[in-house]
Amino acid sequence: MKKDKLDEFEVDIDKCMHCGACVGSCPQNAITLREVLIEFNDDCNLCKRCIKVCPVGAITLVGDD
Amino acid sequence: MKRDYDVVVVGAGPAGSMTAKWAAKNGAKVLMIEKRQEIGSPVRCGEGISRSWHDSVGLKLDKKSVAWEVKGAKIVSPNGSSFLLSEKMAGDEVGIVIDRVFFDKLLARDAIKAGSDLQLKTSATKLLKEGDKVVGVRVKSMEGTRDITCGCVVAADGFESQVGRWAGIDTSLAPRDITSCFQYRLTNIDQDYDYCEFVLGSKAPGGYIWIFPKNKDTANVGMGMQLSKLSGPADVKKHLDKFIQGDPRLRKGRPLELVSGAVSICAPIEKTVGDGILLVGDAARQIDPITGGGISNSCKAGKVAGEVLAKAAKANDFSEKSLTRYENGWRDLLENNLYRNWLAKEKLVTLSDETFDKIIATLNEVGVDKMSTFAILKAIEAKYPELVKEFQDLL
Repeated sequence: MKKDKLDEFEVDIDKCMHCGACVGSCPQNAITLREVLIEFNDDCNLCKRCIKVCPVGAITLVGDD
Repeated sequence: MKRDYDVVVVGAGPAGSMTAKWAAKNGAKVLMIEKRQEIGSPVRCGEGISRSWHDSVGLKLDKKSVAWEVKGAKIVSPNGSSFLLSEKMAGDEVGIVIDRVFFDKLLARDAIKAGSDLQLKTSATKLLKEGDKVVGVRVKSMEGTRDITCGCVVAADGFESQVGRWAGIDTSLAPRDITSCFQYRLTNIDQDYDYCEFVLGSKAPGGYIWIFPKNKDTANVGMGMQLSKLSGPADVKKHLDKFIQGDPRLRKGRPLELVSGAVSICAPIEKTVGDGILLVGDAARQIDPITGGGISNSCKAGKVAGEVLAKAAKANDFSEKSLTRYENGWRDLLENNLYRNWLAKEKLVTLSDETFDKIIATLNEVGVDKMSTFAILKAIEAKYPELVKEFQDLL
């Protein structure tokens, strides 16, 4: 169930600067930056702070406006 | 107990390298790991610092680390008027515009010269624990995955700060204590290259715009905005683009580099050590909440951390109690200032453009001999007591 939700996060690789703003802002420590790859884990509670803090708007949740 | 290293430092930025240097110099067996393939790159920094603190941490800048030198800071109010501060008055964040690609390498070289080991493209993936005590770290690198045992893991992993949280130390931030940042290194611009410029007010809600000269026609032009004031995706970039388009000096500039990132602007956190774990720099939230500058604090705290860790290695005691000497040491140096500037930041983010205009006008009228929150408030209070009513508890 949770896994399905996480699959809905999309990181636009054309926009992502791999800066880690989302990682440090995540209250659940549910995001990891693997050099140039953003990974979400199951601790994500869909608070969407990562979407907001991203300086370039690279993260979206499918179905959200 | 036999261990691979006394200390493993995760992250080779200024905080990590400074910690590694002072720990190794005093006899500890130290390994630094850095997940990137190059020290100092990619840059995530406005690169403006001051000189006053270099001696206290044993830092000697080389030519390549210094991109540009300025005479001081120019604080620009929303209506465009400005107040000039000489370097002597401007406090800890103005004087030199550095080149982080070289600066970070210089600090890493110092750490290596002092005896520290360094491995690149090596990420920490989890902490090894015995109960709650940290006894090592699992790393992934070109050589594959392996476990490294040590007396203490140092979390110098920057704003991302995952290592400390793995150890159970709370470094979580409220939205009002996070700044989202975007920066261009713009070339082909006109600028007053003798000053680092700070633009205040609603052009950068809950933050400011900086223009830090890298050479005569090039500058780091960036903006930080408080997370709680962001309204949609890429808001900070949109605000910065709008500012640049509206400024005739910058409009014809073109970027040589894009930088994004986030900065903590919080009050000092409760705890930065545990059994076998120590946090330093951005990971310990030691950033100045007003300027968002972290290099001087990282270096100061890093030196304290390194010295304490070397003593811990000699005594073979990396318990929380032993590491508390670091906790007390860095707080003696930085805590009052961090807390006061956090309180001031909480007020500053509420001020209207008109109030910023009045403050800058007042500073120009009455002058100020020292750039500190206290000195500025005192200067303004003498002329316009009603302006500083909001800040009364800081006086």
